[in-house]
Amino acid sequence: MAMQFYASPEQIMRDRSELARKGIARGRSAVVLSYTGGVLFVAENLSSALHKVSEIYDRIGFAAVGRYNEFENLRRAGVRMADLNGLSYDRRDVTGRALANAFAQTLGAIFTEQSKPFEVEICVAQVGATADEDELYRLTYDGSVNDEPGRMAMGGQAEAITGVLKADHRPDMSLSEAVQMAMKALSSVGGEGGAARTIAANQLEVAVLDRGRIGRTFRRITGAALTALLEGDPAGDLAPAEGRAETPTVPTEEAHKPTTSAGSADLEGQPQEKPEA
Amino acid sequence: MAAGFDPSGRLPDVFTNAGTSSFTTFLSRVAPEMLPGRRPLPPGMAADLAPHATTIVAISAAGGVVLAGDRRATMGNLIAQRDIEKVHPADAYSLVGIAGTAGIGIELMRLFQVELEHYEKIEGAMLSLDGKANRLASMIRGNLGAAMQGLAVVPLFAGFDLAARDPARAGRIFSFDVTGGPYEETGYDAIGSGSLFAKSALKKRYRTGVSIDDATRLAVEALYDAADDDTATGGPDLIRRIYPVVMTATAEGTHRLTEAETAAIAEGVVAGRAENPGG
Repeated sequence: MAMQFYASPEQIMRDRSELARKGIARGRSAVVLSYTGGVLFVAENLSSALHKVSEIYDRIGFAAVGRYNEFENLRRAGVRMADLNGLSYDRRDVTGRALANAFAQTLGAIFTEQSKPFEVEICVAQVGATADEDELYRLTYDGSVNDEPGRMAMGGQAEAITGVLKADHRPDMSLSEAVQMAMKALSSVGGEGGAARTIAANQLEVAVLDRGRIGRTFRRITGAALTALLEGDPAGDLAPAEGRAETPTVPTEEAHKPTTSAGSADLEGQPQEKPEA
Repeated sequence: MAAGFDPSGRLPDVFTNAGTSSFTTFLSRVAPEMLPGRRPLPPGMAADLAPHATTIVAISAAGGVVLAGDRRATMGNLIAQRDIEKVHPADAYSLVGIAGTAGIGIELMRLFQVELEHYEKIEGAMLSLDGKANRLASMIRGNLGAAMQGLAVVPLFAGFDLAARDPARAGRIFSFDVTGGPYEETGYDAIGSGSLFAKSALKKRYRTGVSIDDATRLAVEALYDAADDDTATGGPDLIRRIYPVVMTATAEGTHRLTEAETAAIAEGVVAGRAENPGG
């Protein structure tokens, strides 16, 4: 007879947590924060097709880090749930809190019931009428939910990035200031010996939930508009406001991003290639 | 909701699996009773049960398309509603108008709007204009049983084709019948009880390559002609200030003409008819 191994529940949970934390820490980070005109998402992402940031509903966005197939799974569920509730009740009745709850239950159930937890960290953000009314929910692999105060960072070295955000973030920032600060926070880690590094504009995935819009508020910022914002061009601040329903249409050529997979590249622990500044 | 939730509180697999990008397919699994075609109807004709929405016209113009509808819903010989809105944006670049049983029509239209938005969010790209028309056709086909009992709904779908090579021909119109479709129309089309008169009017006045502004006027003229000869179509109501809904879809997206703009067009048409009733 083979010996039955005994592992205490405590040990099992600790092992699962460690697995998930390691997986998430290998990935590139993402930042979500409130600014005067809405909620800004900035993620470091080598792919322009496999998104880490996406639209869930009119005023709700989704950002995730970790394993792509796992958070994509949750994103689809979120879109389905939001559309189902919006059709059965009304568009105004779809809330970020309900979605965060559903994700939390799902992540929690997977964490306790399955042998491998999801290696993901998620943000559900809902834009309000003012920056004070914005809601940012952080969901971790074990199903815990945190209501974040206007800013958050997820992924590898999130603590160091959060430190920069905490020092510099104000809810009354303009879009261009907010993008530059997010860029500064993301690039403050990951260089040689923990030093700062530079991230090229085409390695950033940037999107906003635009407070001023009616209906679907989610909009991606790519190409020339993003470069203008990063260079602090005040015209860049105006550009998004006049941009109309610029929800995904035809993929634009202008981004010229590499086509490697977002999640898998993150998790395969590739050596960080030096971006051309 | 109807989707039997897991006792653990976890979202059921049907929510998370990669299965489909179509919202109606998803709905047919989790809440089939929310699809109009899936409800059992008692036998017998039900045509006089609910209000009917009437005439919609579509005109393809240079650089886009115009869709306009009158505001009347009828129930037998009565006017059920004077200011119903039957023309709506389907998504950022396409428009849909509904004729037939008003309640089912509005429900189908909402479902179609969610269908397009859902695909766009899941896939990160919009459906092609032909893809949208095909989706609408299959949704209409799903309502065939009810249509055979008198609760028919027929839409008119028009949009700006982002993939069109020639921007002048990017405005496209698709019509349907109760068994589905779509049938692509060239130039113009109309549906509903007054469509015969609206189409006759457009036949004489429509010219290929008409500008968007001229096409909006043409559309209101055609609706006037429909209202002139069909009791179920409402003309411009100058007393209550109820005017047709006129929408355009161009490279800049969909746009609904403001109340003031449609009022100006409708008043112009009525003034023209005061001089020459035949238009």
